Amino acid sequence: MSARATGRAGAPARRRPSAGRARVRAWLPGLLLVSPSILLIAVFVYGMIGWNARLALSDKHSPIDDASFVGLENMAGLWQEARWPGAVANAAVFTAVFVGGALVLGWLLGLLLEKGIAGEAVFRTLFLAPMAVSFIATGVVWRWLMNPAPAERATGLNALFVHLGLDFLVNEWWTAPNLGMAAMALPAVWQLSGYIMALYLAGFRGVPEELREAARVDGCSEWGVYRHVVLPQLRPVTLTAVIILGHMSLKVFDLVIAIAGQQIVADVPAVYMWTTVFEVRDPAKGAAIAAYMLLAVAALVLPYLVWTVRRERSEGR
Amino acid sequence: MRRRWTTAPAAALAAALAASGCGGGTGGGGDAAQVEVFSWWTGGGEEAGLNALIEMYEERHPDTEFVNAAVAGGSGTNAQAVLEGRLQSQDPPDSFQGHAGAELQDYIEAGYLEPLDGFYDEHGLREALPDQLLEQISYDGSVYSVPVNIHRSNVLWFNPSVLEEAGIEEPPQTLDDLIAGLEAVEEETDAVPMAVGAQWTVDHLLESVLLGSLGTEGYNALWEPGADWGTPEVAAALADFEAVLEHTQEESASEDWQEASRRVAEGEAAFTVMGDWAAGYFDELGMTAGEDYDWAASPGTEGTYLWLSDSFTLPVGAPNPEAADAWLELAASREGQDAFNPLKGSIPAREDADPEQYADSPYLSAALEEWQSGPELAGSFWHGVAADNRWKNAIDTAVGLYLQDGDTDALQDALNEASQAAQTE
Repeated sequence: MSARATGRAGAPARRRPSAGRARVRAWLPGLLLVSPSILLIAVFVYGMIGWNARLALSDKHSPIDDASFVGLENMAGLWQEARWPGAVANAAVFTAVFVGGALVLGWLLGLLLEKGIAGEAVFRTLFLAPMAVSFIATGVVWRWLMNPAPAERATGLNALFVHLGLDFLVNEWWTAPNLGMAAMALPAVWQLSGYIMALYLAGFRGVPEELREAARVDGCSEWGVYRHVVLPQLRPVTLTAVIILGHMSLKVFDLVIAIAGQQIVADVPAVYMWTTVFEVRDPAKGAAIAAYMLLAVAALVLPYLVWTVRRERSEGR
Repeated sequence: MRRRWTTAPAAALAAALAASGCGGGTGGGGDAAQVEVFSWWTGGGEEAGLNALIEMYEERHPDTEFVNAAVAGGSGTNAQAVLEGRLQSQDPPDSFQGHAGAELQDYIEAGYLEPLDGFYDEHGLREALPDQLLEQISYDGSVYSVPVNIHRSNVLWFNPSVLEEAGIEEPPQTLDDLIAGLEAVEEETDAVPMAVGAQWTVDHLLESVLLGSLGTEGYNALWEPGADWGTPEVAAALADFEAVLEHTQEESASEDWQEASRRVAEGEAAFTVMGDWAAGYFDELGMTAGEDYDWAASPGTEGTYLWLSDSFTLPVGAPNPEAADAWLELAASREGQDAFNPLKGSIPAREDADPEQYADSPYLSAALEEWQSGPELAGSFWHGVAADNRWKNAIDTAVGLYLQDGDTDALQDALNEASQAAQTE
């Protein structure tokens, strides 16, 4: 972006006699300006990704081993294990509930605020406030709230259910086998739905009032206005929200550590990677897990990037 | 004009970089002006014990500056990650803490540690420490660390009044007694029969059950080359393990050893199996030994110490090896261990400690008496004595999966596989 802007600013220089030098003048300052960040990103992002890929394809199973190339052995070997598929399934359940829950809740909150509630600014701040809390702090509080003790020893939310006479709601939360990760996603939904609300609110406000009025004049119901006029215009917002939530979710580590620690019942790829690298000290296997996490995030982000570039081109930007 | 304005900040920046560059170097002086000791003792009795040692060190070596490089985090997981980075970048401290035994194996194989055989001979440590302990901390016939204390893993803590209510007269002597006792508590009282916490406390329980079922020799043989985990004896031990786990509380995964121990002391639970650091926690809670809580060796392990130990090492390339040697000498000495251990809540590894120093704590004085009478020794696997990190983690994963599916056969297969993998490394 900045390179392009500088290019435009330097355009009048073309009138000068020496065209070659002028062209250099046009792009060189811009390039110099961005080169430190290009260099840093090349080394510390792409260089590290490359290094990680090399490790993942090697048999360096302890810090002192010499690495030699073994192809996809580590990547394939993970699926033969008892632990890895469970961690992947947990991450999938977590992602489904977290992304789905935060989207729906965020959209609803955004819709309610958009309908013009008294004291909107207060509510906006209230809903956004959890964003300021770290996942670790959220986890510590929700660990207590989601205490899985049965009715006779209940604390936290289970105790609330018992007091309200809703004993059937008392449950094992995140310690339930199979779907426990759905409960693990609740604190994340709580924390991020305010942010998604802000995104949607901006999206709603971006839909021109004239469009809605035109629809109403044509006899459209209020629901129909949202269904056929507003929502289609919010697709970019939804996509952005899915990307932001999805990449957080696939890498989730701190929330799980704060609530469950390192236990198989709440195992996710990031926790498994940490254990593998820092406790087992197996760099190759740890790198293979990291590679899978990168691939999962890339599978989510790359289509978005392609779509953005195409749209910018078609709009002639 | 313009150039002058840019050179001034550049010069300042260069000066700042140079200064920070100088500050980054360790011990620029040349003489052993300092000694840097790395540990994960940052709170409670552990920190108090370390401070007592530091004070003694500074008294004996007033010219040496003591640098306490402690990294917070339970059982040293954070500290070990930091340490790994420093060792790999060849910036070792002068001495670092590690659990004695197989946990140090990775460091030894990587060539990070100096053997301490000469040090042991020079300071008469081979006589001062139990023979079986020396044998269990040796790697290829050499010792690489100086154990400063001993903790016991196989302790059964119980609440005397809950046991009375359940009609249990004696603390259980065998695993069968224990299982019968757990059933009695289940039927007669409202208490949780066996309190456990998060997954690692179940690993901790497993080692006591294995020791109680297989006996000391059978347990020790599990960690020797050629060990077989596929035997009917191991299957029987795992059946006992399963029977004990049936009487634990549903919410255990969300708790840790402190909650499990507190439950026992407050009468919410009858039994828990935890290391002897629980005694210090009971003191903190203001509980009275013999009334609020009591203890016995975990069932079937009477006369055996399932031990673990904090020890100090001499890394290869330590910047101040002489000062480090003086630190190890202090950590190995009777005075040093007697100053450290009463505060830390453990007993000295040396057999010649002074019982007077431990008289304040009913648990410690009983434990010291037992240690000095020469018990059988078995190394704790969970706390890094019998199994290295890779093996230990494989067992942890097997136990975690078992807690999900409850399949004892699969557990035995996984344990057997972990042992085979460890032997072919």
